[in-house]
Amino acid sequence: MNTYLEMELLRFTTAGSVDDGKSTLIGRLLFDTKSIFEDQLNQVERSSHRKGLAQADLSLLTDGLKDEREQGITIDVAYRYFATPKRKFIIADTPGHIQYTRNMITGASTANCALVLIDARHGVVEQTCRHAIIASLLQIPHLIVCINKMDLVGYQETIFQKIKINFEHFSSKLDITDIRFIPISALNGDNVVNRSEEMSWYEGSTLLYTLENLHIGSDYNHIDCRFPVQTVIRPKTAPYHDFRGYAGRIAGGVFKPGDEITVLPSGFTSKIKSIETFNGPLSEAFAPMSVTIHLTDDVGVSRGDMLVRSHNQPDLNQDIEIMMCWLDNKAPHPKSTYIIKHTTSEAKAIIKKIRYKLDVNTLHRNVENLNIGMNDVARVQLRTTKPLLTDAYRKNRTTGSIILIDESTHETVAAGMII
Amino acid sequence: MSNYNLTHLDELESESIFILREVFAQFENPCILFSGGKDSIVVTHLAKKAFYPAKIPFPLVHIDTGHNFPETMVFRDQIVADLEVRLIVGLVQESINSGRSKEERGKTASRNALQTNTLLDTIDLHQFDACVGGARRDEEKARAKERFFSHRDEFGQWDPKNQRPELWNMFNGKHDQGEHFRVFPLSNWTEMDIWQYILAENIQIPSLYFAHLRKVIRRNDTWLPISEHIHLNETETPIQKKIRFRTLGDITITGGDESDADTLEKIVDEVAAARQTERGNRADDKRSETSMEDRKKQGYF
Repeated sequence: MNTYLEMELLRFTTAGSVDDGKSTLIGRLLFDTKSIFEDQLNQVERSSHRKGLAQADLSLLTDGLKDEREQGITIDVAYRYFATPKRKFIIADTPGHIQYTRNMITGASTANCALVLIDARHGVVEQTCRHAIIASLLQIPHLIVCINKMDLVGYQETIFQKIKINFEHFSSKLDITDIRFIPISALNGDNVVNRSEEMSWYEGSTLLYTLENLHIGSDYNHIDCRFPVQTVIRPKTAPYHDFRGYAGRIAGGVFKPGDEITVLPSGFTSKIKSIETFNGPLSEAFAPMSVTIHLTDDVGVSRGDMLVRSHNQPDLNQDIEIMMCWLDNKAPHPKSTYIIKHTTSEAKAIIKKIRYKLDVNTLHRNVENLNIGMNDVARVQLRTTKPLLTDAYRKNRTTGSIILIDESTHETVAAGMII
Repeated sequence: MSNYNLTHLDELESESIFILREVFAQFENPCILFSGGKDSIVVTHLAKKAFYPAKIPFPLVHIDTGHNFPETMVFRDQIVADLEVRLIVGLVQESINSGRSKEERGKTASRNALQTNTLLDTIDLHQFDACVGGARRDEEKARAKERFFSHRDEFGQWDPKNQRPELWNMFNGKHDQGEHFRVFPLSNWTEMDIWQYILAENIQIPSLYFAHLRKVIRRNDTWLPISEHIHLNETETPIQKKIRFRTLGDITITGGDESDADTLEKIVDEVAAARQTERGNRADDKRSETSMEDRKKQGYF
């Protein structure tokens, strides 16, 4: 019983297109961990039968919208959930085609781990590189390369090794330290949940075991203290007359009562009096906990401010260099002003300079054609109406990310990672 | 050296509290859609924690079909009194009386779909710009596509193919006058997480969720409770069964499961072993493969 309450949470993303076996792999993980319910399976079987298929098409489980099921493609990000006694998993399942780069980036933005699928018959192809490059851009700490369809190449070790060497050659250009390779057959279940009897030469772990045991404790920044204030809690009732708490979610570091802190951007200094939650005060708090912080002094603090340790402060910048993914079908207008959101603060911004476009298949930097459209990734310089309190994205995914919002349509038009 | 890891429930709780505080910070007039079911009870509990020691800064809105379990109504009034929050009730009966909604006819008639008009009218009347709901992505395939902050146009409609991308923990609640958002803090929770959390936090829930003796009939593979709103065939004879409900909707469409789970611990074990989804007993979802998607597009919960 208690084991259910002591699980960790792992978020991973997959990207793939129709033929690479992604749906089969997810179906296999859900199936073999008993996460598919009988009525869901019956519904999939009925739908598959209606479409004239001999076997249950497990992709029907992940494709949620009518259009997706009719066209047999994943358009959007779909979230799937399963659990083992050790961990609860959230899968962000995204389409893999180049015209869905923005969906892949969305799915990757919160992931601890990315699964990249390679068809053993075809080896490293353009799509493999794209998925790995996106994982690297979004700073996903762990990459698992599943070399799938091993059953179709006679489960040969030489083929696995050749693909592994090719991928390693390419991935040396990427910014990912933890890369693992697993030979699998999603169709037959080899090395997915259960060890393969066909590949005794493989001494590594199965996919599920790897997912259950990846070390994710250090995926958050526990060094640089950052507390973006969401809102101020003032009960205005008799017992809490002078209560003034700063509510927020810790973005980095470890906060403790007694710590000297600086409020940014005002620069006022104070000490942490207590860290409160509904369940009582805490002796320390770290990312990604939601808490309420009390200070010993009554300094003015409001939404958008950040509490930091006095000797370790973020950059204060109006000119911000980012890697940007354009998400909107309307191209950016050079003169347009956008709303920029960064942690809990907001300002206006213009795209001041486009430095280059990045080819997400090859990492090639294009400086000739700087026209940006939907799904393009580009290095740009933003100019904001007020300074923002930023860290590099590779140091902190929360204080290092921004989104741009169109002022008239209110659409989220761009996502950016601060360099 | 401490171990800076959170359990999955702590991480889910923290995420939900963050979302609820964003709602408070980004909107002028939010509310919590409260059905008296376990998910909206958990959302309300999280709101209590998010703003503690202040009171929940949102009213609870109940769209009342008139076909309630009496236990749910008692529970609702108790929670409103305990939390000292404002309760706003939208009555489906009033929408019917005014001619805005039309009662369904026939044996399987229900007021489930009629809730949409009453909900949209209530949102309009009180000018809510954000309605926090307890829907989860694991419940149903159309809900798996929902954003945390889900935009609704001035007609209250959902456009699933044209949703705003949501990256990291950044939520864009910008909207025009007359539009609103549905916000789902429990998006990443599963049925199992909800029950584990109710157990861990010792959250009060209606007695209907625990195994109890009740007069029921067998219809559409489920045990349907006897009430004044149910129409019996000549072949249907009520019998006494020990059942519990996995979800709570209207009394006319909510089927029960045979069960001996009369404690939270037993419920968690039962859910862990369940081979059917929790909505399998809900007649409203059985109407067609896309019934949830179709209802949601029009403005349903």
